[in-house]
Amino acid sequence: MNATGIGAAVRRKEDQRFVTGKGHYTDDVNRPGQCHAYFLRSPHAHARIKRIETKAAAAMPGVLAVLTGVELAADKIGNLICGWMITSKDGSQMKMAAHPAIAHGKANYVGDPVAVVVAETLAQAKDAAEKVNVDYELLPALADPAKAQSEGAPQIHEIAARNTIYQWHLGEAKAVEVAFNSAKHVTKLDFINNRLVPNAIEPRAAIGEYDSGSESLTLWNTTQNPHVARLVMSAFVGLAPEHKLRVIAPDVGGGFGSKIFIYPEEVVCLWAARKVGRPVKWVAERSEAFLTDAHGRDHVTHAEMAFDAEGKATALRVKTIANLGAYMSTFSSSVPTYLYGTLLSGQYEIPAIYCEVDAVYTNTVPVDAYRGAGRPEATFVVERLIEVGAREMGIDPADLRKKNFIKNFPHQTPVIMTYDAGDYHASLKKALEVADYGGFGKRKRESARHDKLRGIGFSTYIEACGIAPSQAVGSLGCGVGLWESAEVRVNPTGTVEVLTGCHQHGQGHETTFAQVVSERLGIPLENVSVLHGDTDKVQFGMGTYGSRSGAVGISAIVKALDKIEAKAKKVAAHMLEAAEGDIVFADGKFTVAGTDKSSAWGEVALNAYTAHKFAGQELEPGLKEGAFYDPTNFTFPAGCHICEVEVDPQTGESEIVAWTAVDDFGTVINPMIVEGQVHGGIAQGVGQALLEGAVYDKDGQLVTGSLMDYCMPRAHDLPALKVEMTRTPSPSNPLGIKGCGEAGAIAAPVAVINAITDAIGSEDLAMPATAQAVWQALQKAQDRRKAA
Amino acid sequence: MYAFTQHRPATVRQAASLLAKQEEAKLLAGGHTLIPTMKLRLAGPKHLVDLSKVEGLSGIEMKGRSLTIGAMTTHVEVQTSPVVRENIPALAELAGKIGDPAVRHRGTIGGSLANNDPNADYPAAALGLGATIITNKRRIPADEFFKGLFETALEPDEIVTKVQFPKVNKAAYVKFPNPASRYALVGVFVSKRSSEIRVVVTGAGANGVFRVTAFEEALKKRFGAKSLEGLTVPADGMASDIHGSAEYRAHLIGVLARRAVAAAG
Ligand SMILES: Cc1cc2nc3c(=O)[nH]c(=O)nc-3n(C[C@H](O)[C@H](O)[C@H](O)COP(=O)(O)OP(=O)(O)OC[C@H]3O[C@@H](n4cnc5c(N)ncnc54)[C@H](O)[C@@H]3O)c2cc1C
Repeated sequence: MNATGIGAAVRRKEDQRFVTGKGHYTDDVNRPGQCHAYFLRSPHAHARIKRIETKAAAAMPGVLAVLTGVELAADKIGNLICGWMITSKDGSQMKMAAHPAIAHGKANYVGDPVAVVVAETLAQAKDAAEKVNVDYELLPALADPAKAQSEGAPQIHEIAARNTIYQWHLGEAKAVEVAFNSAKHVTKLDFINNRLVPNAIEPRAAIGEYDSGSESLTLWNTTQNPHVARLVMSAFVGLAPEHKLRVIAPDVGGGFGSKIFIYPEEVVCLWAARKVGRPVKWVAERSEAFLTDAHGRDHVTHAEMAFDAEGKATALRVKTIANLGAYMSTFSSSVPTYLYGTLLSGQYEIPAIYCEVDAVYTNTVPVDAYRGAGRPEATFVVERLIEVGAREMGIDPADLRKKNFIKNFPHQTPVIMTYDAGDYHASLKKALEVADYGGFGKRKRESARHDKLRGIGFSTYIEACGIAPSQAVGSLGCGVGLWESAEVRVNPTGTVEVLTGCHQHGQGHETTFAQVVSERLGIPLENVSVLHGDTDKVQFGMGTYGSRSGAVGISAIVKALDKIEAKAKKVAAHMLEAAEGDIVFADGKFTVAGTDKSSAWGEVALNAYTAHKFAGQELEPGLKEGAFYDPTNFTFPAGCHICEVEVDPQTGESEIVAWTAVDDFGTVINPMIVEGQVHGGIAQGVGQALLEGAVYDKDGQLVTGSLMDYCMPRAHDLPALKVEMTRTPSPSNPLGIKGCGEAGAIAAPVAVINAITDAIGSEDLAMPATAQAVWQALQKAQDRRKAA
Repeated sequence: MYAFTQHRPATVRQAASLLAKQEEAKLLAGGHTLIPTMKLRLAGPKHLVDLSKVEGLSGIEMKGRSLTIGAMTTHVEVQTSPVVRENIPALAELAGKIGDPAVRHRGTIGGSLANNDPNADYPAAALGLGATIITNKRRIPADEFFKGLFETALEPDEIVTKVQFPKVNKAAYVKFPNPASRYALVGVFVSKRSSEIRVVVTGAGANGVFRVTAFEEALKKRFGAKSLEGLTVPADGMASDIHGSAEYRAHLIGVLARRAVAAAG
């Protein structure tokens, strides 16, 4: 390892510009002649749009255009799409309703755009929007996913009877039934996986620009995957052919999934830019973000686990209703199916699993992938059942886990996945030590002395990352391949540019990707720059989500570096007048094996371009290579988190007093960055467990529409986190990387809930476990005890 | 935000006359309530009468047994004032629990009292200490000042200039913050001044800040947390929303009142 290579905790290169305010975000971009868009949004969750009167608005000062769904349809702008086809158990295809960028005929959630005003200034656009007169006919609204399929529920889209998008299943129903019939113990739970608002610190933004000379469009956009955005906007929405559409994602301030998707606003900015002949900018306000960013989670679940007399899990049965909101967002269909059902085996050998998922429409903003996407929901199911099962059977929850852990790899689960490597005992063992599990009883007594209830909760989670082998996801209905691309350009002076199809929005790629190059080529970190996020500069790539940039994106870079090394060796062979096979490359030097003849990296790079030592016909000048990498399997990060809480029984407040995380991410490139990802993930998971929850009232109004009502975690909500690692490298990519971006958010929620329910002695507790919720659970438990 | 004209008077008299003369005029203090509502276009005053340059509106002074705080004094000034800390430490502590540092550096005591947000902290201190609100026109006892949600005894062109707090023997404030907004989900202020005992609740009442006379009576017999044991406030009349049901708020009043009495010593 060199000082800046793989395994080195070097500081993030990009932080200097971020913390000194020199980042360059979409809102920092201002184009000559730029004007501003303001979206008029439906204040109703479900309403027919009978007529929109725009004349008065169009006459307001500074107004350039007032556009509605009528003009959008007239210009044949296509609908937004969901790119993953799910097939129902009866063989029918999912019911994807039309999703126009501006509502046409009917508004289906509060925040659905019904018109856009383009004006010289934002204030003028807002003033004019107040003069747009929309004649709505109110329709009964549906906000509760549990009621979506009931008789008499409002029908949202004609295409989907009883608001049902699909009824998917996975696994063997019969085998599960047989196992349940002979079970010694069955643990049953009903719960809701609470709906979350992503709240990236940078709100979404877009600038559309039309160049009439070249008839091409440019979009600056807060996106995690500029090429995918371009593909969808070209092939489906039909804004421009791909080669006439450039998408630039500059610095992006957090995504957590919410910036994967193709949203109405960017489509409208491009379309409007062409219509008014000027660049059109839109930046979401925080309240707009609450109303329109795709939300996460929102499952209603019943789950049962069967155990035999020894406490071995014999079967798992899960029935989930997943709320996908008013329209199907870009990848929404895959989240509660292939990113959820396939992880229901957890870290355990469960012989039979059967999972059914009904996805439904409601009059709420679309729901799609959010940090963890499906896997936090799966982890919650499995880890709650194991924990509660242990309590019901009187077995120590750590022991029950050990008894059921998968020990041999590869392991084929009953739900598609083949786990290729892992050591679940190792991470649990280490976590028990770090958390001083043995001393818990003493700490609990200590807490009791100052009137606090102490509890401990586990989460031995697993996730599937590094999405994903293209053939595999293709066979499951995905409309794109999930490989990644890289190009490595060596300059004549030996400095290197890496062009990656991934996109960074907080992950530190500019550092970790450069570390891989530094290690491989033996050059200083500052001689490597990482370019991403511009479809005109970077070859087609799939973007960043699903903890894939390390496992897939870096693998593509490694593949390109292999080619670079091979070519450079050829150049060196000519320079050193030796056979190519005799050239050894190490520590940034090309040496003729067994001699002291060598050339430095920089000399070889220069020679590749001067081409003075070889005939350009037999060996091409230059040193630049590209690669596409398609993984052979998912990767399976896993680990053990232990949360300890103290509950104040008088107020119901829970304080997290200790947290241990032992994760197995395979090979780690920068331990400091990985720890940071774990910290952030845990904070988000704690947010879901204790604080966050989007609430729609029965009329479909978002009650938690601002940070005054929707609580994000703050520093004081967390203790000092103890983060440790174990390592079993992934056999499915060249460096053995597994991915770490989502682990914390996946592991954390259930660890918190397991801890609080342990403390209060009642399993009847929903997320977010606010002080009030915990107090109510305590009251109910007390009432039950009194009644008994 | 809608367009508006900003005025910067130098005296209270000029401010009052602007307020009376200009149509749809509003006073601007720290702006931490007013500006957000304007940004959301929920308020659209045509004129803002900015109090930041008006003489004599800020400052903290102890005279005899009475502590006077100018209306434009920020929360952080009250929080960190040695005079307040020495004479009514509970008031300094309360100010330190308002919002976050940015809010405490901008928000003012006059703005907070005039606004009378049902979840704000200062109303609890004003009523809990039996303060007097001094305006350009008159002196209003706290008992007559708070009139309901966002309602006060202030007339449209009346300006709070000072608030006077009597020194008490004992006082404490215990706040249970709404985790999202940090405003009080429930806050209880208790004080004891010779024979006068006040137990005041903010955040919980459906009609804003209020006194709990039953608790006050119990404490008159003996000022100690034990005196409140078993006493409850009925859930009727409590506010109820996604953050706390009426029952939960009523329950918290009991818990926090006992803790406040214990903290007051
Ligand atoms: C994020 C956030 C969190 C907050 N958290 C808390 C909290 O935890 N607890 C809490 O108590 N408060 C909280 N606040 C409120 C804040 O502390 C201020 O007290 C409040 O905004 C009012 O004070 P101001 O000086 O900002 O008044 P402004 O916003 O300027 O004015 C408020 C109203 O009072 C009127 N007004 C102002 N000064 C006078 C005067 N001298 N005479 C007559 N009328 C006047 C104005 O015309 C206006 O109608 C929070 C605010 C924010 C933005």
